[in-house]
Amino acid sequence: MLLVKPDAMVERSHTRWSALLSSQVFWVVVATVVACVGLSLATTSFATSQNLFNVTRNFAFVAIVALGMMAVIITGGIDLSVGSTIGVSGIVLSVVMHAGYSIWAGVGMALLTSVAVGAVNGFFIAYLGMQPFVVTLGMLSIGRSLAMVISQNRTIFEFGPDGSTLLAIGGGSTFGIANPVLVLIVLALVFGFVFRWTRWGRYVYAIGGNEHAANLTGVPVRRIKCSVYAVAGLMCGVAAVLEVGWLGAVTTGLGTGDELRVIAGAVIGGANLMGGVGSAFGAVIGSALIEVIRNSLILLGVDSFWQGTFVGSFIIVAVLFNRLSGERRE
Amino acid sequence: MSVLELEGVSKHFGAIRALDDVSLSLQAGEVLGLMGDNGAGKSTLVKIIAGNFPPSHGEIRVDGRQVHFHRPLDARHSGIEVVYQDLALCDNLTAAANVYLGRELRKGVWPLRILDYNAMYRRSRELFAELKSETRPRDLVRQMSGGQRQAVAIARTRLSNARIVLMDEPTAAISVRQVAEVLQLIERLREQGIAVILVSHRMPDVFDVADRIAVMRRGRKVADKKIATSSPEEVTALITGAIETA
Repeated sequence: MLLVKPDAMVERSHTRWSALLSSQVFWVVVATVVACVGLSLATTSFATSQNLFNVTRNFAFVAIVALGMMAVIITGGIDLSVGSTIGVSGIVLSVVMHAGYSIWAGVGMALLTSVAVGAVNGFFIAYLGMQPFVVTLGMLSIGRSLAMVISQNRTIFEFGPDGSTLLAIGGGSTFGIANPVLVLIVLALVFGFVFRWTRWGRYVYAIGGNEHAANLTGVPVRRIKCSVYAVAGLMCGVAAVLEVGWLGAVTTGLGTGDELRVIAGAVIGGANLMGGVGSAFGAVIGSALIEVIRNSLILLGVDSFWQGTFVGSFIIVAVLFNRLSGERRE
Repeated sequence: MSVLELEGVSKHFGAIRALDDVSLSLQAGEVLGLMGDNGAGKSTLVKIIAGNFPPSHGEIRVDGRQVHFHRPLDARHSGIEVVYQDLALCDNLTAAANVYLGRELRKGVWPLRILDYNAMYRRSRELFAELKSETRPRDLVRQMSGGQRQAVAIARTRLSNARIVLMDEPTAAISVRQVAEVLQLIERLREQGIAVILVSHRMPDVFDVADRIAVMRRGRKVADKKIATSSPEEVTALITGAIETA
């Protein structure tokens, strides 16, 4: 027994090491660190506290939504409506507070709206068996339109008696860290915990791995799938509240195009669109890498028209990497 | 007493009679080989016992008590476990996670009830040891051989102390060495007094491990006899219809 044990240990640490090297998240972390170090050396403007404050805050909004998106993608789904959900719940928040109601009412209604939007997505996908792509594409259009209907397409920049509190939550900082970043850290820890330690998390992975099997073994597949979209909606609501507070004004364009950044963040962070793979940390680091690339292009004086090309290339490289490491495993 | 009895079970899909007046009984510790050509009604019979859909007519009794299954979970609650042909495993999860899928052990108090990884690993290891399988609880199913996957699917049936295990074509898509492994797993189940229904196309496997054989043709049971009193030739003739009944 004693003779056998060390061998087994060696084998285990060996597989852990190779698992690390073949993990996409690991290489995204490396890329992010390399980019940060490189930028610190190449420019004087990157490693300043003001720039780092901005970078972390900017990606926090995307990363918060990417956490919810990660859960959706792990089940093998997709949510294209997150940008519109941010839009409509930001508008609901503003309209309610503009009408003179308290911040509690405003935030409560905003979160309720976002959960409702997600739950409707989930209902059509889980209970009526429709394709996530189609349902959430429809919701992308509906959400944006409802945002215009509710606000009469006005820009809202007065948030009633509690307006200053709202601006302080989204735009302020605590211990020198932007509030949205603190919210992101808390939520990332919650998601990381839930994915690993709860039955809900286990079922999310099981559904993505083999939905048929999950169903046969008694996993409440439909309920879990529906809840995943509701959770993704909720994250949109949280991001919307923070973003409105930071911007200090809301147009019906709030969150437009965010679905692409969010999905990109999740995919670069190791999510596999086939389902079954992904992590909370991946959602955060993937979103961070995108923002660091964006920031570096600005600081290096590259024409901002190039941003899309770089971010898009990273998405493709990430998926290619996913595919190659997947093949090696087979 | 029989652990499982079917009496006059029929199943119609519209005008199609998938099962026609089938009666069957199964004793504890008995392995029944269920054979028949494609479309003979084997899968329909298995699905009715597994609770995937109810019979159009007839009665199912477990331990002498009549049961009505509306979904697979109902059958499981009556002590019937199914090993599906595709094994119903999640490749991205560990062996232990698959064994416990749908009935995870948790610890702590509400609302902080967390998965009890240690207990699940420990119990899975015991189950694999009972089955004399080399499967390790922490390994991902993706990295396992066909025989190890079978062990995971079978270990799952041992969790609830099921007394009836249905196996749908367990040896259909695996190598010769793994077939031997699976047949040994079936032996282990029999030793523990579990009744097994083995649905298979492979004559040698059934004659290797089964005590009794039932043959289906066109939705009817055309034979039900001890393995010792039958032969592969006779069974082939029954399956193809060269002999009407035996």
